[in-house]
Amino acid sequence: MSDRARPATAERLSPRGMVALRAAPEAMAGVAEAAGVPDPGVRRWEGAGDRALVWMSPDERLLICPRWDAAALAGALAEVAGLAADVSDMRAAFRVSGPGARDVLAKGAAVDLSRAAFGEGDVRRTHVAEVAAMIRGTGEAAFELLCFRSVEDHLARWLELATLPGRAPAVL
Amino acid sequence: MARRVEAGGRLIDRARPVTFRFDGRRMKGFAGDTLASALLASGRVVMGRSFKYHRPRGPVAAGAEEPNALVSVGTGARRTPNLRATVVPLAEGLVAESQNRWPSLDLDVGEVNALAYRWFPAGFYYKTFMRPRALWKHLFEPAIRRAAGLGRAPERPDPDDYEHYHHETEVVVAGGGVSGLAAALAASRGGARVLLVERAGWWGGRAPTDGAEIDGRPAEAWVRGAVAELRASPRVTMRLNAELASVQDHGFCLVIEDAAANGAEGGLRERLWKVRAGRVVTATGAIERPIAFAGNDRPGVMLASAVRDHLDLWGVAVGRRAVVATVCDDGYRTALALKGAGSAVTVVDARDAAGPLRAEAEGAGVSVVAGAAVWDVLGRMRVKGVRVGAVDGSGEAREIRCDAVAMAGGWSPVVHLFSQAGGRLVWDDEGAMFRPDAARAARGADGEAFVIAAGTANGELRVGAALADAHGAGVLAAQEVLRKPCAASAAGSAPVGVDAEEAALRPLWTSPEGMGPEAASHAFVDFQNDVKVADVRLAAQEGYESVEHAKRYTTLGMATDQGKLSNVVGLAILAEARGAEIPQVGTTTFRPPYTPLTLGAIAGANRRELFKPVRRTPMDAWHDANGADWEPVGDWRRPFCYRRGEETRAQAVEREILATRGSVGMLDASTLGKMLVTGPDAGLFLDRVYTNMMSTLKPGRCRYGLMCDEGGFLFDDGVVARLSEEAFLLHTTSGGAGRVHGWLEEWLQTEWWDLRVWVADVTEQWAQVAVVGPKAREVLERLGGMDLGREALPFMGMAEGTLGGMPARVYRISFSGELSYEVAAPASRGQALWHALREAGAEFGITPYGTEALHVMRAEKGFVMIGDETDGTVTPLDLGLGWAVSKKKDDFLGKRGMMRSDLVREDRLRLVGLETVDPAAVLPDGAHAVEGRGRARRTIGHVTSTYRSPTLGRSIAMALIERGPERMGETLRFPVKGGVVKARVVAPGWYDPEGARQDV
Repeated sequence: MSDRARPATAERLSPRGMVALRAAPEAMAGVAEAAGVPDPGVRRWEGAGDRALVWMSPDERLLICPRWDAAALAGALAEVAGLAADVSDMRAAFRVSGPGARDVLAKGAAVDLSRAAFGEGDVRRTHVAEVAAMIRGTGEAAFELLCFRSVEDHLARWLELATLPGRAPAVL
Repeated sequence: MARRVEAGGRLIDRARPVTFRFDGRRMKGFAGDTLASALLASGRVVMGRSFKYHRPRGPVAAGAEEPNALVSVGTGARRTPNLRATVVPLAEGLVAESQNRWPSLDLDVGEVNALAYRWFPAGFYYKTFMRPRALWKHLFEPAIRRAAGLGRAPERPDPDDYEHYHHETEVVVAGGGVSGLAAALAASRGGARVLLVERAGWWGGRAPTDGAEIDGRPAEAWVRGAVAELRASPRVTMRLNAELASVQDHGFCLVIEDAAANGAEGGLRERLWKVRAGRVVTATGAIERPIAFAGNDRPGVMLASAVRDHLDLWGVAVGRRAVVATVCDDGYRTALALKGAGSAVTVVDARDAAGPLRAEAEGAGVSVVAGAAVWDVLGRMRVKGVRVGAVDGSGEAREIRCDAVAMAGGWSPVVHLFSQAGGRLVWDDEGAMFRPDAARAARGADGEAFVIAAGTANGELRVGAALADAHGAGVLAAQEVLRKPCAASAAGSAPVGVDAEEAALRPLWTSPEGMGPEAASHAFVDFQNDVKVADVRLAAQEGYESVEHAKRYTTLGMATDQGKLSNVVGLAILAEARGAEIPQVGTTTFRPPYTPLTLGAIAGANRRELFKPVRRTPMDAWHDANGADWEPVGDWRRPFCYRRGEETRAQAVEREILATRGSVGMLDASTLGKMLVTGPDAGLFLDRVYTNMMSTLKPGRCRYGLMCDEGGFLFDDGVVARLSEEAFLLHTTSGGAGRVHGWLEEWLQTEWWDLRVWVADVTEQWAQVAVVGPKAREVLERLGGMDLGREALPFMGMAEGTLGGMPARVYRISFSGELSYEVAAPASRGQALWHALREAGAEFGITPYGTEALHVMRAEKGFVMIGDETDGTVTPLDLGLGWAVSKKKDDFLGKRGMMRSDLVREDRLRLVGLETVDPAAVLPDGAHAVEGRGRARRTIGHVTSTYRSPTLGRSIAMALIERGPERMGETLRFPVKGGVVKARVVAPGWYDPEGARQDV
């Protein structure tokens, strides 16, 4: 078993800056402009330089940025957004990548993860392995998984199990 | 004798012998065998004992519908009871055991039950164990429970792994027989994404066994071609060893896959697929019906199709001299197969009609007794012969010696999946069967039928019609999910199937018709539960006319096979006994799953350390390494206390409290919910959701607040801090954070969308530590960086700054009555903050304390705890918290609720303190206070919190008592196990009632 490759690898990502943004839907374009990233479409994310803006709901976005920029960005964006808070410490992130990454995530999430339905730039807020999580498509066979920090260990253990070799359903 | 023959055996590999054990005996079979086929090949026909009468039983079927041959497979932790031997693949070293017998399968003491069948009629338990009542609990129930149940559950935890898998598809096709293959081909050619699952380990179903021709080729060749095309299609996912177990609302289906059989490694045993499909095509085939003649359960009596399957698939002939009892032409297929394997065969046909299959059989040397029925079976452990007579039971019977009997009672389409989500059936007189009614199929979210029955499962029993129907089902499914009509041409034409012409069937629900009472007591309808023709008749006679009542009264169809064989026969006999038509009687409800699921499959990965997600604070690792005795709080785990050495829980709690009150303690309060509320209307919003006034709070100040639901009932509390003019931070209870967040969002999104207010749950952004006790300020001052003096940070103040080099927010609030600060730092700094406080407090003996010390200290102060003093029926006024309910505000959530007459009743339960008369006696939590004696005795309230207070050196409690505050000084009686505890009513709040200690 050990000499076989895992269908996907899961690695914890080092902490990034995150800013929670809320504003009226019609004001979101202005918030995105102030953040320096195009406003993403529904269930999408957009990147610009070292920043990414993630669609969370019609009136909520999450700005991902370098850690050291978060506090200042939160302060500046509070001028245009209804709420802007530095939440860099709130979440943990994993990168799940490899040929079986879609199958691995489908073990835990009730989301259509087929190539046709979910690609790079797509985002889904859902449950993975029974905990609230966000899946972000970052490549053809690469995803970022965000969860709250209190359940980071739970998700890490689940990923360890779900990526064991010889168990990929090999569907997606 | 059952034996292996040279003919047939498509699934076995005679070059690969396999050894296994059955009831301790070493036996041999071949790769590709099932446990049942290998046992039959070795001459072992008896495989189990029936549930009620312990009658010896052999397999009756060749698939998942098997009711008799239930075995336990595996040993130790891997033992699985109640597996059907007919679907257990034979594997090297497999260990199987028969069930429900003692001391052995061939000699079973429980069989005496069978001799007493007259005293075990339908409804026996209801009739017998009603009186005297007292005997039920002490004698009847324990005895029945010991005798009940099939097989033994394994005693150790299952060592294997299970997993779930989510899958979205446009069309799911259940069944990989020729109908399922045709439907999958049509749907995928038409452009739909298809998931095709087959329960067995091979494709093609029964068509190859039954000798059909498809598109001019033998069925087996056509199957190979179809499978190859489907495999090559990028739109098709195929799985063998995968059963569509349930069809639920809106196209949600469960598929249970034997992952180990499909090559999964590392101990993964089963995979439960949670499928979302636009359309569900059920191509699940049909199940042959047994015929109800006396002794039809004797080992060696099998369904005709099962006899044929065993020959064709595994090369096993069940007898040398066989009798085939038939009501249709299908029985002749079995006769021909047996004849071809060298057995002598007599067909007992209830009809006189002659079709081509009969002519073929007679030509092959099969003898036919036409217009006759089997009356009963001779032999006990093994069939020795049958008695055959007129169909109507008149005249004399004659004996035919034989060692096997095949029953061809007609076919019932497998309508379970079609029906599970609400699809209705229609009675087909010609085929004497219920079949799916497409016009009344289960409807999905789009309001259209989403389950489509196909082929044999749709009542098309001839291969030509079945293939045409299945092709049409596939086309229809594709067109509907793709919302375009072009699929039809892409799908090509339907495969053309040809099989032998068949003469009409003649239903024969009891054999002979109008069977007498003696035979009816030995003619079985439900084999596993030992329900006989006589039981169904008795139920009808006693007035159980509804099929659902008759089912429960007789247990017809309630065994692990859920009536797969018995359903239609039982209904027909019930109809006959009631003098009604079968469609008037109707069917029982078809409930998922089709065959039982293992608990492991249902649990999936959610076991062991993944059983339930546990939320951990940033300081969790330190707690764990330092004696934390955990307790669950909401989804969090929190230290109840920290035990040192040999300390008991109680000793640890006492030490923590005394150290905190005497010097300084620290608590991980990170689990407290934290909601950031911003916007120009934030103050107005909070005035509406809290019972007290929040808009008047000054920036940098804190206020305790209560939240009520619309009914006026208290559901959460906590301290609100005003961070700035337009930003508030709301603390909630640890377990209530999610609910409060949802509550705030719901009001903002659905009712008060005009308010310019935004909410974010920032609970996990912050680690929070309460530093509590007379030395608390000195500890924080040692960290340095902020002025926390009495003037700079007064009681109920908050400040932001840098403490010990860390960004921090400090709230001067107290839940213990001591001088107390709650220090919040970004969560990634939580562990560092904890260490810094431990170091700074070392010289004061700073003591980490857990939730129990927190609870005791707040009770000493008389503070309420949500979930202890509240239970969803308690208002702030009940708790004496009227000071926190604003009388100035026009409105707030719960205001009008609180005005309802029941909530202002004077005799409501109200909060009081209790002091036990014996200071050492601690009241049990939830103990009821009673007053009055004899018939007038009644409860007047109950204990909500109760502790031994080390601070006061006595027991204290809080309770909700009728007219509580009016009873000050009264002594109440609390009957508890072993006596009565007496306690005096006092005002809650014992420790420092003036609040001098927190305000220093």
